[in-house]
Amino acid sequence: MYSLQPRRLATHALAVLSLLLPALALADEPPTLSSGDTAWMLTATALVLFMTIPGLALFYAGLVRSKNVLSVLMQCFAITGLITLIWAVYGYSLAFTDGGAMNDYIGSLDKAFLSGVTVDALSGTIPDSLFMTFQMTFAIITPALIVGAFAERMKFSAMLIFMALWVTLVYIPIAHWVWGGGWVGAMGALDFAGGTVVHINAGVAALMAALMLGRRKGYPTTAMPPHNLSFTVIGASMLWVGWFGFNAGSELAADGTAAMAMTVTQLSTAAAALTWMFAEWIEHGKPSVLGIATGAVAGLVAITPASGTAGPMGAIAIGFAGSLLAYFASTKVKKWLGYDDSLDVWGVHGVAGIVGAILTGVFAAPVLGGAGLADGVDGIGGQVWIQLVSVAATLVYGGLVSLALLFLIKVTIGLRVTEEQETEGLDLALHDERGYII
Amino acid sequence: MKLVAAIIKPFKLDDVREALGDIGVSGITVIEVKGFGRQKGHTELYRGAEYVVDFLPKIKVEIAVDDAMVDKVIEAISGAARTGKIGDGKIFVFDLNQVIRIRTGETGSDAL
Repeated sequence: MYSLQPRRLATHALAVLSLLLPALALADEPPTLSSGDTAWMLTATALVLFMTIPGLALFYAGLVRSKNVLSVLMQCFAITGLITLIWAVYGYSLAFTDGGAMNDYIGSLDKAFLSGVTVDALSGTIPDSLFMTFQMTFAIITPALIVGAFAERMKFSAMLIFMALWVTLVYIPIAHWVWGGGWVGAMGALDFAGGTVVHINAGVAALMAALMLGRRKGYPTTAMPPHNLSFTVIGASMLWVGWFGFNAGSELAADGTAAMAMTVTQLSTAAAALTWMFAEWIEHGKPSVLGIATGAVAGLVAITPASGTAGPMGAIAIGFAGSLLAYFASTKVKKWLGYDDSLDVWGVHGVAGIVGAILTGVFAAPVLGGAGLADGVDGIGGQVWIQLVSVAATLVYGGLVSLALLFLIKVTIGLRVTEEQETEGLDLALHDERGYII
Repeated sequence: MKLVAAIIKPFKLDDVREALGDIGVSGITVIEVKGFGRQKGHTELYRGAEYVVDFLPKIKVEIAVDDAMVDKVIEAISGAARTGKIGDGKIFVFDLNQVIRIRTGETGSDAL
């Protein structure tokens, strides 16, 4: 026999009401899935993963010596696996849910273990699972970028531990600050696709890693030329193509802003590639393949924060400036200061990222062809100031926490391989494999 | 008998091989080597890091011949390998004490 008791009835009524309430609240604009947006975002997500493996992995693999080629490919691949799981367990939730009282700084654990990320759950006009995976690919490439700074000398185990901690304590909070409802986004900072979250963040962590690990044995007196620049050019080309998913995908929709993001990405990158090429040609008498490829990456980095707001001509200016300053940082400043940021993560991603983040505030202005400043921001000066604050916050927080994590690992399990292993090469020393059996 | 060892520019190997064939040399040994002479090395530049490469790739050609052939061999190599620019290489001539053909056991001039 089943009979409704008054108390049970009330419970039922409440349950029904609570189910209806959100629907009632959004009755004006019920969230519906857009198949156009979803189709584009599925594509964009695949493109961004393609940037890391194999794009970035090949870009870096070509730059190291042949005895370490597998080690950097392995690091990029292992990071892809590691961050994917972290993102599913708590990363997505902490970065992209409402943290209540703490929302300025971090999200909640409401979606831990992807709870609620079901087949029908939506995020805007696309499935929540798709938004989660798209953001996951960003969380993957950011730590993978750092690999370039400590290439050829870091212990694999120390690398894994550092990356797990770094994503948890640096990437996730900063992603929340900027994109997840935190204080940087609320302040009106413009960062469309991740100039602060991805590039400055990876850049400053890379600089800290280069300082904390120290130089490679023999640097800078021993020649350490790239062992296969063809890999590097292939990787840079994949990054260029994949970056359309990164920047145009950050619109989270298939619309005019996404199309313009693609356009400005192409223009900035072209300008930056040629800028580096000509700078080297003028200074050294010959245009170099590594130069034009590196310049392209600097241009991609520089336009990233501005890709949703800059106009086409602004994009060319941003690419030019980002490339020129990255050129100066990578070929001059590094030599003067003597640190061994082996594959120029700080010089390219950090420096071009900062230039891009600041110029985003300039070229967002409609008078310079941009799509407009952030709501309530008064003039270019005001926007640039907000951009500077977001850059400084990333540099200080990211730099200090990275330094602390590296120090902690250094005094516990150690960061570096032994001198003998370093000389032998990480491929054989750490993986019992060789890249080239010929 | 003499052993003629010539260091030449790699791209001149085919010309040298042909010139030696024309004068009847029936066998040569070729070794890829590296070294420097008056040509010195070259510099490479990667993102502002300049490396001086001291040793340039060269080809070493070795020919064992009868005394009577030596001048012709030197002439053939010199003619074929010369570009007139620094780095064309050198020819060394050594006395050769003995030659043995492994298959038949022949020795001396018969084995050449």
